[in-house]
Amino acid sequence: MSNNEITLTIDDQKVTVPYGTTILKAAEKLGIKIPTLCFHEDLCISGACRMCVVEIEGFRTLQASCAYPITAPIVVRTSSPKITRARKNILGLILSDHYGDCYTCKKNMNCELQTLSKDYGIDAFCFGRKSKPEKETSKELKFGDNIDWPIQYDPEKCILCERCVRACTGYYMDNGVLGVSERSNNSKISTFKDFPLSRVNCINCGQCVTHCPTGALTERDDRAVVWKALTDPTKHVVIQTAPAPRAGIGECFGVEPGHSFTFEMNTALRCCGFDKVFDTNFSADLTIMEEGTELLIRLYKALVEKDASIKLPQFTSCSPGWVKYLEHFYPEFLDCASTAKSPQQMFGAIIKTYYAKLNNIDPKNIVSVALMPCTAKKFECDRPEMRASGFKDVDYGITTREMAQMFTEAGIDLPKMPKSDFDNPFGSATGSGVIFGATGGVMESALRTVIDLVTGEKVEDLYANADIIPVRGFEGVRYAEIPITKVGPVPAILKHLVPDWNWLKGVTLKVAVAHGTANARKVMEDIKAGGKFSECHFVEFMACPGGCLGGGGQPIPTSPQIRAKRAKAIYADDKGLKVRKSYENPAVLEIYEKFLTDGPCGHLSHKLLHTKYVARGKYIK
Amino acid sequence: MIKAINFNNLTFAAINAAEALKSALAKPASQIITEISDSKLRGCGGAGFPAGLKLSLLSKETNTPKYIICNADEGEPGTFKDREILTNYPDLVFAGMAIAAHATGATKGILYLRAEYNYMREHLENVITQYRNKDFDLIIRLGAGAYVCGEETSLIESLEGLRGEPRNRPPFPIQQGFLNQPTGVNNVETFAWITSIISKGAKWFNAVGTEKSFGYKLFSISGDCAKPGVYELPMGTTLAEMLKIAGGEGAKAVQVGGASGQLINAANFNRKLAFEDAPPSGSIMVFGAKRKMLDIAENFLDFFYDESCGQCTPCRKGNPKLLEGIKLLKEGKCSKEYLEQLIDLCETMQTASKCALGQSSPNAFLTIIKDFSEEYALKQ
Repeated sequence: MSNNEITLTIDDQKVTVPYGTTILKAAEKLGIKIPTLCFHEDLCISGACRMCVVEIEGFRTLQASCAYPITAPIVVRTSSPKITRARKNILGLILSDHYGDCYTCKKNMNCELQTLSKDYGIDAFCFGRKSKPEKETSKELKFGDNIDWPIQYDPEKCILCERCVRACTGYYMDNGVLGVSERSNNSKISTFKDFPLSRVNCINCGQCVTHCPTGALTERDDRAVVWKALTDPTKHVVIQTAPAPRAGIGECFGVEPGHSFTFEMNTALRCCGFDKVFDTNFSADLTIMEEGTELLIRLYKALVEKDASIKLPQFTSCSPGWVKYLEHFYPEFLDCASTAKSPQQMFGAIIKTYYAKLNNIDPKNIVSVALMPCTAKKFECDRPEMRASGFKDVDYGITTREMAQMFTEAGIDLPKMPKSDFDNPFGSATGSGVIFGATGGVMESALRTVIDLVTGEKVEDLYANADIIPVRGFEGVRYAEIPITKVGPVPAILKHLVPDWNWLKGVTLKVAVAHGTANARKVMEDIKAGGKFSECHFVEFMACPGGCLGGGGQPIPTSPQIRAKRAKAIYADDKGLKVRKSYENPAVLEIYEKFLTDGPCGHLSHKLLHTKYVARGKYIK
Repeated sequence: MIKAINFNNLTFAAINAAEALKSALAKPASQIITEISDSKLRGCGGAGFPAGLKLSLLSKETNTPKYIICNADEGEPGTFKDREILTNYPDLVFAGMAIAAHATGATKGILYLRAEYNYMREHLENVITQYRNKDFDLIIRLGAGAYVCGEETSLIESLEGLRGEPRNRPPFPIQQGFLNQPTGVNNVETFAWITSIISKGAKWFNAVGTEKSFGYKLFSISGDCAKPGVYELPMGTTLAEMLKIAGGEGAKAVQVGGASGQLINAANFNRKLAFEDAPPSGSIMVFGAKRKMLDIAENFLDFFYDESCGQCTPCRKGNPKLLEGIKLLKEGKCSKEYLEQLIDLCETMQTASKCALGQSSPNAFLTIIKDFSEEYALKQ
């Protein structure tokens, strides 16, 4: 036992833990499970629900084990008649004010309150039960009233654990949208002045949803509209699937986290009636071409032409949560954001133009669905800017959870599905597209392509297996420098933009990666203050912890461990692919040859694949 | 005015705050702590933590700056002693804070003033300037009316501009309080006694009292008595003696320690106001023979229902259930089984609530159920 360790007794067993470990964690080490409700691995400690109370010898009152740091050799009891009575009473109190039929709840069979009720053998509502509340009709929309907003809130199911509040503002996120208003029994989760989410700075990241223990916070359910399209014979329904849902969806079918079901899912989607199943990795590669080219143009203009109007660093724009965060909190930096659309929206625009023309389908009859790990994607595809094709580029964004639900409704046991490939002409994927699903993935993909195109050599010479380790991992903010020591000839695809690369020789490319808006804020504040990150050339931002794999549309529960496993699955998929660089994707090369003939960042790609942003500001209008 | 019972011919009126402070500043910090420890003064806010020990613990903290906070959020129903002290003897309070700062190495002081006492702010601001200097930055901050902010960690949250909600303990404010710095929070009266003890000596203070409770204490006496007011009484005074002094003989029960304290019926009026017996915190409410005990319980629970911060489940949801239960009892609609369920709930609230508010709010309910069973009928 070292100096900073301490030995205590829990349920008559000795256990040694680091000083300051909570009783909950120490008990876990002994295999003792203490029930929790307001506790979550991702969030700061609250100690509000009191489910995890335990007895400590010499204490008159019970102590919340999640919130009690061990600093003395205490003697703890985690189960006793007194404790059980307290826990049952607490459950009874919560249930007395929790209205909702489990049958009709989205979180049925995945609800922590339901599980605890079962674990404690709750057989009666000992403090009564709430009857169906009368819906107040007020003229003005309040928090929870927007039926079309991606995030839905049902106060009747809320148990005031404040996990959403701590998810919205905490270790990972710094949105500050949700809080508690009023007090006592009138306490409620609320926004500023109880405004609906559409009127406040909600970025739709959905972290409140993935951290809610009950069905109080959920995503807008778009299953019905998708089913309707699927059964409409006049509609050609296509779906694109993002990389992160593949690495997560198995969890909805009882599979341990960390297994991809990419090809099983293709079959399942066809069983559901989708006419074509496309791989968002294609448009991720396209994004790299556009965003990478944009970066090179910015660098050329800034370094060679000394154009002071050029803003650096360039920020990624794939994460719609991050984009809206930037629009709200740092509108003065919108010029830094890459104008490239996200892969979802690029694909949407291509499907309703190039693909429609190629297959002679009237784009108005195409219903374009995107399977995303993300609730913010629902907002993104509804943006008025996203109609470059003349139609809504993507009609519906559905989450991993909604898709799993649709599979279940269709009687599909996903893990048992036979495997099948994606449809052409966008079928072939690269490893670069796959790793978009993890924090640092966009940066790694961009670097793989930019380094190759600029140096004329292979990135593998710099990083073994083209694994750019410095930008990987779960560290909140990561920074890397890549010195460009030699340059090659300008490849044909970029010849129209720059005459040579000589100006890049000797330049050290500085890049950074941040995930979670709390980390994004750190980087932004540093940039604002002219710190180290202001000297970066390119910064990747992802709104959600861990990137898309920890997105607000991913299976519940989530935790650092689960996200690490999903990341492992994603990097394993990358390793297994032959082509791992975006610019080598034959489908991407083909589209520049046949459709976007004036090249990356050319006229047509500007029209279809690039967008503009809205300076929203942080103050409510 | 403080109606002092001239036990020793001594009251706050006789203390010269400026002189006490001057003499304290001339002494080493350790000597001040020893003096206060020897006096056996305990915190006057309700919990009764030994005042000397608190100073000693704070002095040992190495993290700076350290804060001294005076809790003037006097919100316990039936308490108005701090109001009298602040009105008549603010010097004793500020001098006490400065003495505590000197003893502990604190450099910043905050008086957290109850929102309803805003009217005396100007008066206090005038006095405070004499005690604010380069070594001790002393300011007044106002509460916003929440009862729970009298609880020290909620008070600190409120000072930080956050919702007034209790924090998890440990860490204690002494280790990580205001802005996560070491913080000593004391009641108004405690500081006044600190100044008095420095002036008169520990022996003067601990010469009176019981075996475990020493010195003098102010009580706000109100309710069904002829002479309500603030009284200075020695520790160990029995309730019967106290009632005689305040003209409350013939009372049916006395609520000691405010709404969250204890209800004591006439059969137990021989109990002493002392830490080991009837809690000697500031509030005494006298209930005459005509009072209906269920009404009293309802009144208290109505208060707690309103004042719970709403953070932890037992308190947020428990108080409404107890209030509902009292209403059922009044209407004769409460069954024996449900009453037992509610008594069980009281235990949960007392043991599992996060702070003292929820832990003590069922006290009056339990006593009335137990000691005044003749006042209600159960549903048959």
